[in-house]
Amino acid sequence: MTDMSETKMAPRDQGAPDYKINLHPVMLKNYGKWDYHERVRPGVLVHVAENGEKIWTIRAGSPRTLSADKVREICAVADKYCKGYLRFTTRANVEFLVDDESLIQPLIDEVEKGSLKFPVGGTGPSVSNVAHTQGWMHCNLPGSDAAGSVKALLDELIEDFKSERMPNRVHISSSCCQINCSSHADISVIVQHHHPPRINHSNMQICELPKVVAICPVAAIRPAVVNGHESVEVVKEKCMYCGACHGQCPSMEIRDAETDTLSIWVGGKTSNARTPPTLMKLAVWGLPNNPPRWPEVGQAVRTILDAYRKGGKAYERVGEWIERIGWQRFFEVTGFPFTRYHIEDSSDALLTFNRSTMVRI
Amino acid sequence: MALNTPLLDQLESGGWPSFVTDLKAYSNKRPQVGQLLNQLNESYENRWNYWIGTVLNVPGYGGGVIARLSQKADKYPDLAQFHTVRIIEPPGWVYNTSKLRELADASEKHGAGILQLHGMSGDVLLLGFDNDQSMSVAEELMEKGWDIGGSGGALRTLQCCVGQARCEMACYDTMKVTKHLTDTFIHYLHRPEFVYKFKFKLSGCANDCANAMMRSDMPIIGTWRGEMQVNQGKVKEYVKAKGRAYVIDNVITRCPTKCISLKDDDTLAVEHQDCVRCMHCINVMHKALKPGKDKGVTICMGGKRTLKIGDTIGIMIVPFMKLETDEDLDKLTEFVERVWEFWNDNGMDHERVGEFIARVGLSTFLAGIGIEPDARMVMRPRSSPYIKFEELAPSRFGGEQTKMPPVWNKEPETTEAAQAQR
Ligand code: SF4
Ligand code: SF4
Ligand code: SF4
Ligand code: SF4
Repeated sequence: MTDMSETKMAPRDQGAPDYKINLHPVMLKNYGKWDYHERVRPGVLVHVAENGEKIWTIRAGSPRTLSADKVREICAVADKYCKGYLRFTTRANVEFLVDDESLIQPLIDEVEKGSLKFPVGGTGPSVSNVAHTQGWMHCNLPGSDAAGSVKALLDELIEDFKSERMPNRVHISSSCCQINCSSHADISVIVQHHHPPRINHSNMQICELPKVVAICPVAAIRPAVVNGHESVEVVKEKCMYCGACHGQCPSMEIRDAETDTLSIWVGGKTSNARTPPTLMKLAVWGLPNNPPRWPEVGQAVRTILDAYRKGGKAYERVGEWIERIGWQRFFEVTGFPFTRYHIEDSSDALLTFNRSTMVRI
Repeated sequence: MALNTPLLDQLESGGWPSFVTDLKAYSNKRPQVGQLLNQLNESYENRWNYWIGTVLNVPGYGGGVIARLSQKADKYPDLAQFHTVRIIEPPGWVYNTSKLRELADASEKHGAGILQLHGMSGDVLLLGFDNDQSMSVAEELMEKGWDIGGSGGALRTLQCCVGQARCEMACYDTMKVTKHLTDTFIHYLHRPEFVYKFKFKLSGCANDCANAMMRSDMPIIGTWRGEMQVNQGKVKEYVKAKGRAYVIDNVITRCPTKCISLKDDDTLAVEHQDCVRCMHCINVMHKALKPGKDKGVTICMGGKRTLKIGDTIGIMIVPFMKLETDEDLDKLTEFVERVWEFWNDNGMDHERVGEFIARVGLSTFLAGIGIEPDARMVMRPRSSPYIKFEELAPSRFGGEQTKMPPVWNKEPETTEAAQAQR
C-alpha cells in the first residue's frame, strides 16, 4: 500500500458544485419566478411559473442506500422522461422532473413497475419517507439498525406514503443511538440503553484531559487509577445511560444486545407554520429491539398514526393535534401507559408541568 | 463469498423497495458488498455492531472521510477498511444524470459502489473505500469538479431547500447563498479548526424544508418585511370554492397572532404589523397570498440534538437582513466570522454554539458578537429580579463606578457604614 502522502493529490478547495448545470432548463429559466403550485395527485406536484410554464414533480420513495447500478437505473428513468434532470429531498425521496404532462403516467408506471419499484407519493398530507441514519451497516455506535428497521416500518406505512389521507404531513425519523443523527420529527424512534457503560480498562487510552470526562452530560465520569493504570470510572448513580461516552471512547461500551430497547417520541416539528418549532416528547418506551422486522415498533407507530388520522383536524401536525386534545387524551386514545418516566426531570422540567387548574375531567 | 443472509432476506418482502434486494444483486459485481451483507446479517443475529470508528485524513484535508474498520476483518477481508467519503452535494440536491453517473461510476471504480442519497447533513455518502481508495475517489471526483465535505470539529456540508429553483414561497436564493457560504468558507470545511462542529442549513421560508431550526447551528430562514401580498380577487375565489366556514376554521383561526379576518364581502383583512410570517395562511391559500416583496432572511443560532444540554432549537438573533447583493453577502460573511471568533475563543472543547449561548448567557453572547439586544429575541423579558446591573453597580474589582445611581447620591448611612468597614 502506498503511503498516502506520496501520492499526487494536492489540497483543493473547490467548494460546492455548480447547481445551474444541474437544474432542469424549465427551473433554470424560471428561477425565482414561480407563481403557485398544485398537488395533482398524491406524489405529483405541478409548479407554475409567472409566464405560465409548468414543471411537474413526481416524487418517489427511495431506500436511501443505493447500489451504483440502482443509481444508474434512476438516471435511465430521468434520461427517458426528464431530459436527464432529477432531484432528491431531505427525506431521501427522489423527484423526477417533467415538462410534458403526457409523460407523467408513463413515468409513474415505469417508476412503480419497472426495475426501480419505488412507490410514488410522499407529497402533501402523507407520511413521507423515513429519515434515518447509518445503523449496523456503517456506524460505530448503533444499538439497532436503521436501513432495515426503516424498510420494515415503511412496508407497514406504504399506503400512508402513497395517499394523502393524514390531517397534515407526517415526518418520521429513526435513530440507532441517542446521538440521534436523524433528529426531530412528528414521530421518532430512538434506541435506549439501560446500563452504565462497561469500561475496558486495559484498552483505555488516556488523553491529557480525557474527552469522555468532558463529554458526559451529568459529570458521571472521573479519572481513576485502576490496577495501577490510568483509566476512568463511572459514578453509576449519576449515569443516565446516554452513551455519549461511548461515542467518544470505544473503551466505554454502553450497548447491550439483551437489554437495549426502543422508544417512540412524538410532536417534533421544525417548521414555523402556525406554531413555533417544537421538540418531540416521549410517547412509549421499552419496545423490544427486534430484528429483522421490529414488529412492535411498526405497531406502535401505526397506533399513533391511526389516532392522529381519526382525531386530527386539517393542517394540524401530530404535535399540534396532541396539544389541542391534551396529553392525557393522547395516552387514552393510543392506549400507551403514562408512567413516571414521562415526567421531565431535565433543567426545563418546571416549565413542562401543568401550572394551572386546567384539566379535562 | 457466498451470501448468507437469512435474516436480511426477510427484508426483501413488502411493498417498500428493499436495499437488501438491491445490494444482493449488486454483490455479483463488488464482492465486498456481499461481505457487508453477511456482516450485517450477523449484526441482526446478535443485535450487535461490528464497526470501529477511527480517523483518516486525505492529505491536505482534515475532514471528509469517516473511517470504519470491521471487527470481523479476518472473516470479511474486504471490510478491513471500509470508509465513507463525504461529497458536497449540489445545493438543493439537484442533479443532471451525467453528474450523478460520475458519482456512481467513481464509487464503483474505487470502492464498494454503495451510495447514500443523502446523509442527514446533506452530503452524498459514498461507502466502502480503503485508505488508498478514499483518496483516489476524492481525487477522481475533484478532477470532475466535485469536492469533499466536512467532518469533525469543522464547518459541515451545508444543506438547503430547493428555494427559488422551484418554489414560489422562497424569500431568498437559498442555492446561491449555500454555494457562496460553502465556497467562501471551504477552508473550514476541509480543515477542522473549531471547538466543535458548525452547521448551516438554509430554508427559503419559515416552512423550513431544509430542517434548519433544529439541525443546524445557524439556521438561515427566508422572510420578508412589510406587507404580505394579498390578491383579494383570488381570496374571493378561494372562499367561494371552499366556503366561509372552511376558510375561517382552517385559515383565520389558525393564524398564531390572530391578525387576519374574513370580511363580509369575502375579502381578507390583514393587520400586517402583527403578522409573524409563519407561512400558514400562505400555504393554504397560496394562489391568493404570497410573501411580501421586500424579502430577506432571519438568522437564528444554536439548533441541535440532545448532547449535552438537551435538545435546542435555533434562537432568534437577527430578525431581518437583506441577502441579495454582493454587499449583503459580505455582511453575512462578516457576521459569521464574528460568531466563529467569539465562540472559538471562548467555547469549551465539544461545545456547540447553542450550548455556548446557554452557558454564557444570550446577553453575553450578543455583546461578544457585537449585536444589540432586541425584544424579538425573547418570548418575554426575564421574571427573576436577581440582576447585576453593570451600569449601576460598583466595579466588582475596585475602582470607580461607571455611573452613580441616584439613590446613592443621597449618601445613606449604610453606605458610610460600609465604607467605614473597609
Ligand atoms: S444515530 Fe448514533 S448509531 Fe445511528 S448513525 Fe447516528 S451516531 Fe451512529
Ligand atoms: S452513558 Fe452518558 S451519563 Fe453515563 S457515563 Fe457515559 S456519558 Fe456519562
Ligand atoms: S422552505 Fe419554503 S421556500 Fe424552501 S422549499 Fe420549503 S416552502 Fe419552499
Ligand atoms: S403568515 Fe402566519 S402570522 Fe402571518 S397572517 Fe398568515 S397565518 Fe397569520
